[in-house]
Amino acid sequence: MERGSDNEIVIQAGGSVANYWRDLWHYRELFVFLAWRDVLVRYKQTAIGILWCVLKPVTTMVVFTVIFGRLASLPSNGVPYPVLVFSAMLPWQLFAGTLTDCSSSLVDNANLLTKVYFPRLLVPAATLVVNLVDFAVAGAIFAGFMVWYGVAPGLNLLLLPAFLLLALLTAVAAGLWFAALNVRYRDFRFLVPLLVQFGLFVSPVGFSSAVVPESWRFFYFLNPMAGVIEGVRWAILGEAPRLSIPGFTLSIFLVLALLVGGVVSFRRMERSFADVV
Amino acid sequence: MSYAIKVENLSKKYLIRHQGGGAGQAALRDVLTEGARRLGKRLLGQKVAAAQYSEEFWALKDVSFQVGQGERIGIIGRNGAGKSSLLKILSRITEPSAGGVRLRGRVASLLEVGTGFHPELTGRENIFLNGAIMGMSRAEIRRKFDEIVAFAEVERFLDTPVKRYSSGMYVRLAFAVAAHLEPEILVVDEVLAVGDAAFQKKCLGKMQDVGREGRTVLFVSHNMRAIRQLCDRAILLSGGELIADGAAPQVIERYLRDTSATGEQGSLERVIASLPEDPDFKLESIGLSQGAQPLGAVVENDKPLEIEIRYRVLRRCTGLRVYFDLCDSDETLLLRSFHDEAGEGIPSVEPGDYTSRAVIPANLLGPVPYELRIRATIFNVRSCLPISGVRIPLTVALTGKYNQAYLEDTFRAKFALPLHWETVRRP
Repeated sequence: MERGSDNEIVIQAGGSVANYWRDLWHYRELFVFLAWRDVLVRYKQTAIGILWCVLKPVTTMVVFTVIFGRLASLPSNGVPYPVLVFSAMLPWQLFAGTLTDCSSSLVDNANLLTKVYFPRLLVPAATLVVNLVDFAVAGAIFAGFMVWYGVAPGLNLLLLPAFLLLALLTAVAAGLWFAALNVRYRDFRFLVPLLVQFGLFVSPVGFSSAVVPESWRFFYFLNPMAGVIEGVRWAILGEAPRLSIPGFTLSIFLVLALLVGGVVSFRRMERSFADVV
Repeated sequence: MSYAIKVENLSKKYLIRHQGGGAGQAALRDVLTEGARRLGKRLLGQKVAAAQYSEEFWALKDVSFQVGQGERIGIIGRNGAGKSSLLKILSRITEPSAGGVRLRGRVASLLEVGTGFHPELTGRENIFLNGAIMGMSRAEIRRKFDEIVAFAEVERFLDTPVKRYSSGMYVRLAFAVAAHLEPEILVVDEVLAVGDAAFQKKCLGKMQDVGREGRTVLFVSHNMRAIRQLCDRAILLSGGELIADGAAPQVIERYLRDTSATGEQGSLERVIASLPEDPDFKLESIGLSQGAQPLGAVVENDKPLEIEIRYRVLRRCTGLRVYFDLCDSDETLLLRSFHDEAGEGIPSVEPGDYTSRAVIPANLLGPVPYELRIRATIFNVRSCLPISGVRIPLTVALTGKYNQAYLEDTFRAKFALPLHWETVRRP
């Protein structure tokens, strides 16, 4: 699709990709409205909205602290165990929430997508905003936590956004693939929570990566979320990172490749979307 | 010539899957098990049959036409003729398989009334959201906000979530937003089939205004009266092909003439096969017959017309009603009859296969075009078939005891009930 002279719209078989990104810019206001809708709906019943996004990390934190910290007595390098877990729950929740919302976004908005045209990429993109708001709320709780435990972050904190960005990119990269698969296969949605659950346990959320043997670390950090979590702990708690730099670097490239592939597969899906749903 | 819409050699192909539950989404489970089965067979050295998965279906074939700026044009055709596919391409929801379209100006569609309304959000919030979805800028919505609210008559409920709105308020608000779009090209699809009479009148009025303002209107309907009233020109589609393009009255006449008793049987089957899936109800077939013979080209009005509806109930449901409407060519409802009319109370239907039969008695139908609409609803819940039902046009010939000296087209009534007259000469 392209915009010709004097506001002429040309619809061609096989559609031209050339102006897709310009179209995306053209519809930026709709992006704001979609994001605004998601936030509004989630926080409509204010008390419950906030409670909801606090309850999840807090209960997980309690369970992990009891199981990994108390029962398994895993090391925490002097950081209070609840803080260790919560600092990982923040980026994990951001990642898992975005991934889940992204995956289901197309199917959830099917009634919209089969009736009006706009670049479909806006729909999964809008889910980022509501998850960032959730993150901010949970972050405020965490700040209170740190004051309670008397842990103060240092200058490392300035690098926090870089790690969060990587978490978001990872979520969107996988989310775009999942969103397209969700449209293609109606039972794919059952698989997504399973994958997220699995990710929670293989990523160093409930424990510190210190428990991973040195010789495995390269492979362990191929999971980009392992790198993100250790990075966030480094940024907030000033812990010496136990990253495997080569593993982490490779994982960043993997995410970028996944993201490009995700956008391409999403674009391909988008063209036949209305015919399938 | 200055055109608003230029359609060139437009074609649209759909793939109909035969396995894996018809068209639409596949299940990953089925794809995987099928893949494993084929792999297993291959490993055992058995021959694998070629996958007969899909069949091409051309919803539009090489359609070309132009619409001038400010022209009001009607698109007519039977179910499955390609009207919806054409509209979907024009509103950019789906891409053509071949050919192209040039549009000058913004396209808006009254088909999208209420699209994107969120029940949790208030009326005010929904106006902004819906406006943005339909392509208005924030500044534009703000400018027209008061006008929209006044038009919809919902001032007092602006800050109430729309889930608490009555259905009338909901439709009014949705239509108000749509009506305040200022598109250069307006697409209207069968809006007259929804809403009450007052709402329909409002729609028609709005469309006349839009046309008067020099904007282009594309109107799709089965309602010939509305097309005649609103459009100067009409296009007739059949089987995805454009078969007539010209002044509205002539094209409508051609459409009504071409429509045989029930149309091609194949197309009815196709319509049934392409019905959206419903969790409770699956229409399997509709059979029309007269005197144990399948219906021919015309309905002979001196014989009863038997209607047989075969369907499957998938889940136990209460208040399932299978029925039909008999309408005339202006969509006026002449007769409606429910399958459970003879019963008492609201029965529950167990899952299983059912056949419901009804008979329209002999000597009732007249020699005018009718449309039979097969429908099914769950009482007070929803319609299990598309809102206007499965449409079957009927052509009726007078074969009963009528005075054949007079021509059929002197017939002016909707029914041809031969009443007993006695005429005597008084001494």
